[in-house]
Amino acid sequence: MNSFELPKIPLGDAVEALVEWIEINFAVVLDWISDGLDWIIEGIKYLLLVLPAPVFIILASLLVWLVTKRDTKLAIGSVLGLFLIWDLQLWSLAMETLALVLSSTLFALIFGIPTGILAARSEVTHQLVKPCLDFMQTMPAFVYLIPAVVFFGLGNVPGMIATVIFAMPPVVRLTALGIQQVPKELVELADAFGTTERQKLVKVQLPVAMPTIMAGINQCIMMALSMVVIAAMIGAQGLGYKVLEGIQRLDIGLGFEGGLAIVIIAIILDRVTQSFAPKRTE
Amino acid sequence: MEQEMVKPKLVIKSLYKIFGKHPTDALPLIKEGRSKEEILEKTGQTVGLRDVNISVQEGEIFVVMGLSGSGKSTLLRCTNRLIKPTSGEVLIDGIDIASLGDDELRNLRREKLGMVFQNFALLPHRSVIENVAFGLEVQGMPEEERLEKAKKTIKMVGLAEYEESMPSALSGGMKQRVGLARALASDPGILLMDEAFSALDPIIRTGMQDELLDLQNELNKTIIFVTHDLDEALKLGNRIALMKDGAVVQVGTPEEILSSPADDYVASFVAGVDMTKVLTAEGVMKNPDPVVSIVSGPRVAMKLMEDHGISTIFAVGKGKTFRGLVAVEDAVAAARAKKTNIEDILITDTPVTRPDTPVRDLMGLVATTQYPVAVVDENNRLKGVIVRGSLLGALDVTSNGEEDEE
Repeated sequence: MNSFELPKIPLGDAVEALVEWIEINFAVVLDWISDGLDWIIEGIKYLLLVLPAPVFIILASLLVWLVTKRDTKLAIGSVLGLFLIWDLQLWSLAMETLALVLSSTLFALIFGIPTGILAARSEVTHQLVKPCLDFMQTMPAFVYLIPAVVFFGLGNVPGMIATVIFAMPPVVRLTALGIQQVPKELVELADAFGTTERQKLVKVQLPVAMPTIMAGINQCIMMALSMVVIAAMIGAQGLGYKVLEGIQRLDIGLGFEGGLAIVIIAIILDRVTQSFAPKRTE
Repeated sequence: MEQEMVKPKLVIKSLYKIFGKHPTDALPLIKEGRSKEEILEKTGQTVGLRDVNISVQEGEIFVVMGLSGSGKSTLLRCTNRLIKPTSGEVLIDGIDIASLGDDELRNLRREKLGMVFQNFALLPHRSVIENVAFGLEVQGMPEEERLEKAKKTIKMVGLAEYEESMPSALSGGMKQRVGLARALASDPGILLMDEAFSALDPIIRTGMQDELLDLQNELNKTIIFVTHDLDEALKLGNRIALMKDGAVVQVGTPEEILSSPADDYVASFVAGVDMTKVLTAEGVMKNPDPVVSIVSGPRVAMKLMEDHGISTIFAVGKGKTFRGLVAVEDAVAAARAKKTNIEDILITDTPVTRPDTPVRDLMGLVATTQYPVAVVDENNRLKGVIVRGSLLGALDVTSNGEEDEE
């Protein structure tokens, strides 16, 4: 059989070459980034573990109770759930996961919110950002692990970088959406009263868009949490690693304990961030 | 020259606005006088405003009215350049705002123009006082000063106790008071009101109209008021501009618009007017003749009533001040009892009204009383009398007039 073969474009090879090139030429920069991020994660983890677990649990639940405007049920649930995590001897792993989620979310917001604002205000940026977001959201989460490993090795840092990429799209989208959905009359109000562009953004658009932006932040945290678990595959520590261990050893009990701890953290984070979103009035 | 030259506050000269990507394509066609539909078909551009020429005096309430799509909102937004005109001039205090740079335009908007929106446009995350202080905040006024100023303005619109309330806790009428206070806070010379009362319930709307007129008596702003409601236009406007398809069809006082409509379009618009709202007591009252002096005796009153074939007569004091009413049967009885003064038989609880009361509000009064209604001015001087017959007669004339037009 001598059938005609379509020549394969060496896309894979090209990407590989590019990655190699970056690795060689920017090794120093990559090291700096890696060290910096590691320092941040370790710092947050250290802060979370500075107090003895029982004290932390009581204080955290009190804080939950206050920010959720006295949601007693949730506060009691937090106390019980967190004590359960402690009792299962997963406390320091849980705090490591939390540190990863918080640092990833922080970076996702630092990059995501300004990008969202730009996308809402300029059609060109919007057209550029939109396909990137589509790409980031549809690409299987595992795929981000590969370049992260290549550039940053194994450990928490590549896990965090993959998480930031994975968790950022909802922040960008919902920030842009929130600003675009600000009623036309309110934008006219800003213009008619002679605001500068900056005043319009800070005094009208961002506050009015806040409920939508908060929904984006909530989504971001939830996605970060799920990705941090997957990132255990490239050596990210924390509860995800426990779950991975459970899978590898077919140890149902171990996997369940780790999974349950993740669910407890997820519920608390979700309810707390939701309560930050001011109710839409009018 | 006896007449002083009044400098107009706002002048609009041959203003055109065309919506679309290539507005200049349509300009020659408009100037040829082609219709909106024709231009849309030929060039794909939509005509927003067509050769608008208007001059608004200081202290005037200038109403721009027309149906939706007539261009009235576009015209209003061209005044503060929320919409940029395609060609023509908008002069505010003699300055063409099309020629201004960004900074100058911003300053003009901050200092000289206030705007009130149809759906209130209150910022939901700010309290009443913070909403009212918005314009001052944008100008960079220090917090203490702007809150103080905002407080004063809030008091002016009658919301003194609601300073700290959130907009979501207010009724529609109250929300628009906040909108009005916000526009007034920076004390602009010109107030742009875009269907400001259209989203309110009818009763509240009427109340707000009255309040605007009261405020205007105090403040003497130049107000451009856009509405689709003719009754509102007639009530508020010192002058009215009627718009159709982006062009101004007629400009005139409410009387002029009603009595001599410029064309069939205006006439058909005006045909639906509720005359009971436009006509006032002054327009339907009759001369109070005869009247009897308060110092006369019952026989004089009897004689006057007999001569004119009437059963009641108004009694007046010095300077024609209204004192009360004498009924014929009381006068007869008093004469028999040999009384010499009508003051004893005076009926003082008779219905009284002011010359500027709309006929609409008189109907109930006239319907429920057996006596004629006395029309008195603010000094209690008797100006006229309204009886059932004269009221119905006046309404009949106006409805006949309508039929003739159709």
